[in-house]
Amino acid sequence: MDVFAIIIAALFADNFVLSQFLGICPFLGVSKKISSAAGMGIAVTAVMVITCAVCYPIYTFLLAPMGLQYLNILVFILLIASLVQILEMVLKRFSPGLYSAMGIYLPLVTTNCAILGVAKIVTNVAASAADAGFVFSDVFFGQLVSVNMAMGYGEAVLSGLFYGLGFTLAIVLLAGLRIKTDKLHVAKALRGFPMTMLAACFMAMAFYVFTLM
Amino acid sequence: MKLKKFKEIALDGVVRQNPTFRLVLGTCPTLAVTGMGAVSCLGMGAAVIFVLVFSNLIISLLRNIIPDKVRIPCFIIIIATFVTIISMFMEAFLQELYASLGMFIDLIVVNCIILGRAESFASHNPVLDSVCDGLFMGIGFTLSLTLMGIVREVLGKGALFGAQLWNFKIEFFAKPAGAFLTYALFIAIFNVCYNAVERKLKHQAAHKAALAEHQSEAAVAATEAKEA
Repeated sequence: MDVFAIIIAALFADNFVLSQFLGICPFLGVSKKISSAAGMGIAVTAVMVITCAVCYPIYTFLLAPMGLQYLNILVFILLIASLVQILEMVLKRFSPGLYSAMGIYLPLVTTNCAILGVAKIVTNVAASAADAGFVFSDVFFGQLVSVNMAMGYGEAVLSGLFYGLGFTLAIVLLAGLRIKTDKLHVAKALRGFPMTMLAACFMAMAFYVFTLM
Repeated sequence: MKLKKFKEIALDGVVRQNPTFRLVLGTCPTLAVTGMGAVSCLGMGAAVIFVLVFSNLIISLLRNIIPDKVRIPCFIIIIATFVTIISMFMEAFLQELYASLGMFIDLIVVNCIILGRAESFASHNPVLDSVCDGLFMGIGFTLSLTLMGIVREVLGKGALFGAQLWNFKIEFFAKPAGAFLTYALFIAIFNVCYNAVERKLKHQAAHKAALAEHQSEAAVAATEAKEA
């Protein structure tokens, strides 16, 4: 699989929100303002990258060799919860500005199905990564790491990053649309959630075009 | 448990606080699974009922033991355990269903309905109430999911519970965009019906109260007249 295909798939065709329906809760809940939508998007992206970077080796080198694959849900959810906690502490200590911008979204990210979903997708890829023949890991981690790690680590981290960016794209676009739709005079029954979902419906139609390519 | 409270919990779970249409929780599986047909919806609903009932049971049993500060991690571990159990069960005995639902079974762990009920109900209610709450919340979720699944299957695939009805189909409803549209319309219609029924019930109650007051006034007047 080449890099360009991963990027296009993760951003548009397999967009986490609009075609895989993962992370809908923050998508509908935190999209009132563009600034908060962007904050949520960046928080999700950061956590996704870290999750992929950590869950992938733990799955391939710890769980799979010991035959403990069935524990993956428990292990991943604990890992994600502690990673988010650590990220929060690190941000608080080293970058208070960034912390005040996206700190409030970090705890919400823990129970976001997009994160657990990315961990599952990436480790499912791990099972078939042997024949992936992906060379991007050489660029990122040098020859040594790529020999020691199964092929596909770079792919895992990269898809985590772009799935996160795809989420950010969708949520920021929806926030932009909602500024318009919230001002419309619509039937009382359609106000709130139904109207937001109608906006998302049109976005999904637009993103669907990319799957036809 | 009294029958009245049981009725309250049942009504809350299925109608008044319907997780899908009133609280708008657990939206990810709702949007995704309804596109897979009504049978998958029933399977997903059954899995959610199982997890909800048992996690509510255990959390309610442990509600006085779990320290308040670490309650969320504890809840998540309990929920993840039951999700692992149902996921392994389905993988072993219901392979077809498991294959079609994919990772959405595993993602029940982070379904907000379950954590929401643990946090807002099971963590400070007696065991029997919590189990009932889990059961009826799950039933409410299953019913709304299946209803949406039927609509999307009939319109999008021309089939019902996997059986082909006719060749006419609007593929839009089987696609992601159709999921959002169906969900939006369902919420709107549900809320219109709910508000209409509630208004009528309130009206009836007010009428009854007025009637009772009138009667008691008449009775008072009658006794006064008698005394005089």
